Amino acid sequence: MSERIVRVASGQGFWGDWQEAPKLQVRTGPIDYLMLDYLAEITMSILQKQRERDPTAGYARDFVPLIAGLTPELLGRGIRVVSNAGGVNPDGCRRALFEALEEIPTSRPLRVAVVSGDDLIDRLDSLLRDGHELRNMETGEPLSAVRDRVQAANAYIGAAPIIEALRMEADVVITGRSTDTALTYAPLIHEHGWAADDWDRIAAGVVAGHINECGAQATGGNTLFDWRGVNLEAPGYPIIEMAADGTFTVTKHADLGGRVTWATVTEQLVYEMGDPVEYITPDCIADFSTIQLRDLGENRVAISGVRGRERTGMLKVSIAYRDGWKATGSLVYAAPDALDKAIRADEILRARLERLGLEFAEIRTEFVGAGACTGRSPDLLPEAVRKGLPEVELRVGVRSADRDAVERFTRELAPLILAGPPSVTGFAAGRPRVQEIMAYWPALIDRDAVERDLEVEVSHA
Amino acid sequence: MKIRLERIAIARSGDKGDAANVGVIALIEDAWPILVREVTEARVGEHFAAVCKGRVERFELPNLGALNFLLHESLGGGGTVSLMLDAQGKTFASSLLELEIDAPEEVVSLCDRVRTGELSGR
Repeated sequence: MSERIVRVASGQGFWGDWQEAPKLQVRTGPIDYLMLDYLAEITMSILQKQRERDPTAGYARDFVPLIAGLTPELLGRGIRVVSNAGGVNPDGCRRALFEALEEIPTSRPLRVAVVSGDDLIDRLDSLLRDGHELRNMETGEPLSAVRDRVQAANAYIGAAPIIEALRMEADVVITGRSTDTALTYAPLIHEHGWAADDWDRIAAGVVAGHINECGAQATGGNTLFDWRGVNLEAPGYPIIEMAADGTFTVTKHADLGGRVTWATVTEQLVYEMGDPVEYITPDCIADFSTIQLRDLGENRVAISGVRGRERTGMLKVSIAYRDGWKATGSLVYAAPDALDKAIRADEILRARLERLGLEFAEIRTEFVGAGACTGRSPDLLPEAVRKGLPEVELRVGVRSADRDAVERFTRELAPLILAGPPSVTGFAAGRPRVQEIMAYWPALIDRDAVERDLEVEVSHA
Repeated sequence: MKIRLERIAIARSGDKGDAANVGVIALIEDAWPILVREVTEARVGEHFAAVCKGRVERFELPNLGALNFLLHESLGGGGTVSLMLDAQGKTFASSLLELEIDAPEEVVSLCDRVRTGELSGR
């Protein structure tokens, strides 16, 4: 059996993740690939808005200085990068990277690939005309119902364009809405030469990708097993060591913190899980009920036995549309009777909103410190707990199709400081911000309608 | 004996649109059948009655000693629509571990020894 191992390291689990992690992955020990995941469902609509205001924007800005700074080491160590940092403007992302690289001496020019074609926003009407209804997967409604409010529409694309970019010898691959897991399994397919219909091995890559895609969540971050005992000051993010036969080990650099055990890896495996036998990706359907997991000790967990099934003929499309306005604000009430004061303040606030005749689709009040996370009424708290609360945060949010109503709400919180119950503080942040709501519209599309327009293009700095 | 679920299991939760997912993992193999028996769709629905407006679906992962729950219509619309403090259901996992269940004493004491590091877990 071939013993060649390919190491794919995770460096970012979301946009805003720890900036030191990818540097430590590169510098602390051997890896072959660095994957950086920046995109979540709502990120695309935020990026689309940024691009509307500035045509050169619309990508994960953090990526540029990070990779520019790492380039000498990436080239020196032969580490390649795969990232969806491109957001809705992968080409703009590359241009910014090349600009940043002008200041940095490198052994040779960095070759950067851009994958495009996942962004459907400019083609939406022609797709609809061609009979792609893009019905909401949850409600069954056709997209035409909200077409005029669509802000972003991106297909989750698979491994093929990333593999093509790697074949064209790109050092860095920048994509838009590539499926999170594909950032890990595309290099694995490329390196091990797995066939496009080798469903079991690709499924193993999907499982590896699922472990990698949330960064430290697989290496002790958020763990509920001995959370006090994990050193998370400088955690090692996960590293996948994949063999050609589709068996792999999850580990981390030995010199970094964090922890890799059966517990930390299993916790990540069940994260954001739907039906475990049907984990659908663009390149196969992975069956998480076939995973065999063995803790080898010393921060090594072995995974084997993963089975997969044939990919479907559809791709998932993530659509964001404008759906009204919202704002959330808070005030803090101190003991004695902190909860009672907060409840009284909420009653006053609601009465004032009603007197103003404002229409809201929803007003939501939460008492932070008195069970807000559970959603249970504070009336259910034992009397001793209720009386003993040293402080309670009153948190009120509203949602409306009418921006003016939401704007008016944001002016009704501060008056409670003088014209409300006593022992109030915590308004330093000022008036709450009115935010436009981007609602999520998941849909499916024939893969051919997207894949015929995917493009890969490599150029160097 | 009556215990809180946290004595024999760990968990993690997240969001899938307006549904929350909660994965529950047995600390040892012998704790798995207890999870299957005690942590039913009905009990989970009851536990999250204040937030879960839809149905509760349970999936079994015997290979990982885990159960996965989908709590539909639990995140106030999900994504950026939601006004909830925990719009992504991140804290649902530790909340479910407070569930009171019935478990044999020998399994609980083995799990306690896994927690202290005296025994290795699954």
